[in-house]
Amino acid sequence: MSNIINSLYNMRLLDDLARKETAIHKIHPLMKLLTTVVYLTVVVSFGKYEIGSLLPLFFYPVMVLALAELPVKPILLRILLVEPLIIGIGILNPLFDHQVFYLGGIAISRGWVTFFSIFIKCGLTVTAALLLIATTGMDRLASAFRMLKIPRLFVLQLLLTYRYISVLMEEVARILRAYSLRAPEHKGIHRNAWGSLAGQLILRTFDRAQRVYEAMCLRGFTGEYNTGGYGKIKVWDFAYLLGWVSFFAIAKIYNIPMLIGSLLTGVVR
Amino acid sequence: MHMADALISPAVGGVMWVTTAGVAAYSIKKIQNDLDEKKIPLMGVMGAFIFAAQMINFSIPATGSSGHLGGGLILAALLGPYAGFLTMASILTIQALFFADGGLLALGCNVFNLGFFSCFIAYPLIYRRIIQKGYSTRRIFGAAMLAAIIGLQMGAFGVVLETLFSGKTELPFGTFVALMQPIHLAIGVVEGLVTSAVVAFVWKARPEIIEKASFGEAIGNISIKKVVTGFAIIAIITGGVFSWFASANPDGLEWSMFKTAGIEELEAPDGIHQTMSEIQSKTAFLPDYGFKVSENEQEQGAVEGEESWPAVSGGTSVAGLVGGAMTLAMAALAGMSISLVKRRKKRLTA
Repeated sequence: MSNIINSLYNMRLLDDLARKETAIHKIHPLMKLLTTVVYLTVVVSFGKYEIGSLLPLFFYPVMVLALAELPVKPILLRILLVEPLIIGIGILNPLFDHQVFYLGGIAISRGWVTFFSIFIKCGLTVTAALLLIATTGMDRLASAFRMLKIPRLFVLQLLLTYRYISVLMEEVARILRAYSLRAPEHKGIHRNAWGSLAGQLILRTFDRAQRVYEAMCLRGFTGEYNTGGYGKIKVWDFAYLLGWVSFFAIAKIYNIPMLIGSLLTGVVR
Repeated sequence: MHMADALISPAVGGVMWVTTAGVAAYSIKKIQNDLDEKKIPLMGVMGAFIFAAQMINFSIPATGSSGHLGGGLILAALLGPYAGFLTMASILTIQALFFADGGLLALGCNVFNLGFFSCFIAYPLIYRRIIQKGYSTRRIFGAAMLAAIIGLQMGAFGVVLETLFSGKTELPFGTFVALMQPIHLAIGVVEGLVTSAVVAFVWKARPEIIEKASFGEAIGNISIKKVVTGFAIIAIITGGVFSWFASANPDGLEWSMFKTAGIEELEAPDGIHQTMSEIQSKTAFLPDYGFKVSENEQEQGAVEGEESWPAVSGGTSVAGLVGGAMTLAMAALAGMSISLVKRRKKRLTA
């Protein structure tokens, strides 16, 4: 039950955040989508031992988070929820890669380095996806999908699924509450009720789909889900994409922390 | 079973994206050809149903634990393979965007592992073959059970292959398989039990829903040879294009080939492979990332046949540590000062 409430809360939070009107929110959705894709590709393209050169990529989520006035806590919480899965697989790296190297006099096994690189990458990629949806919202993202020529049938279906998740989740929450009141002290749904409980919900879902379709037809549905126009891509939107992409390229080609570090340590000497 | 971005390489992610997009485009074409648009809202609402149904915990008799529905097979059984696959794709897209369940780059992998195998292999080749003789509770049970288990086993094996080709974990192939397959056998049994219970219930209450679904024809009709050659060509082309992003010296694919075949690269025949590799070496903006590696390290890398390992002389490691800390501090400072300025501005206007 808490699961459902959490999911609903999470979706509504991201919806609310997407309704803000900051400079980042106003950037064309297609440009934000492309920036995110390039960012993700660059992040995962770093080798498993390259932790240092990965660090400048922290700039992107930090800047977007600050400029879009998003709360840090819920997004950090989301990342923390996902990290255990990654840790589960990554933690085996130190077990399989024992080769040791020395960093400032401390012996570290390579396995730990690859583990940390996976850990950081997970944090960055998860944040980037969340920031995209928290600054864009599902409807505007769908219009970006349409501009990318993703077939309308798929986009329409995606939007409908998204729209009805909260409706069906609430329905499931009611069903589960009713069940738990009639079957106290049960951990899950009893085997005898598996088919009827989920099956009833399917029947209701089919009837609901029929009603939805009729309602759509009555409102003049012609096969297109109107999201209020695409909006023109302005020079500033292009500049946003171009600026970030060139930053990612520089971060990929040059080891920025190493350059800063050699500069600083050189000055000290 | 959702794969995260952090565990895949751009090459694997890209190839799987293109493959999945191809399957999706084909499914859309099939649906548009032989179905009415009535099915669109049904697909949408059914997607939401799977989402919600995943929250239901079904307690497994005699074990004290509980499992939940995955959804691929039940979607295929209720909507047919094409609509089922597309619905699964949209569910996974929303999960990736809102819940960080599986990444955006890994979306192609996830849709393929969770959607393709159950909708296009397990459903037409197992489920429908058994059901063809006519519906009965027992046949539904057998069909759903077998199809769910095989579909999930294939999906789990897909996860193993995609992860190993990406080369991000050090997990040996055997260990990974030994971990993944038995876990997914248990998950497959639960999936089969729940799916058969639900399908049997719906079939008894509203048989027309179940029987209607099976008229969407599946792979049986089209030549599998054509599909396979199509995918192979797509995979080769995208593999060539995306591997310019490839991260390490011998990347995951090469690494696993190296380990399994004992040679760094399988002997490249003339023709398309040759051309592709020429194009690749011309377009690669970081050919082998050798531009900053000193000769000494290059030699080392060549001897070990592993990813180039950054030099660990005292001076560079200190510079790296200082520089890394500075970079992070600068990022944090930039973020905080922007928030501070914004807050102050708001206070002034308020």
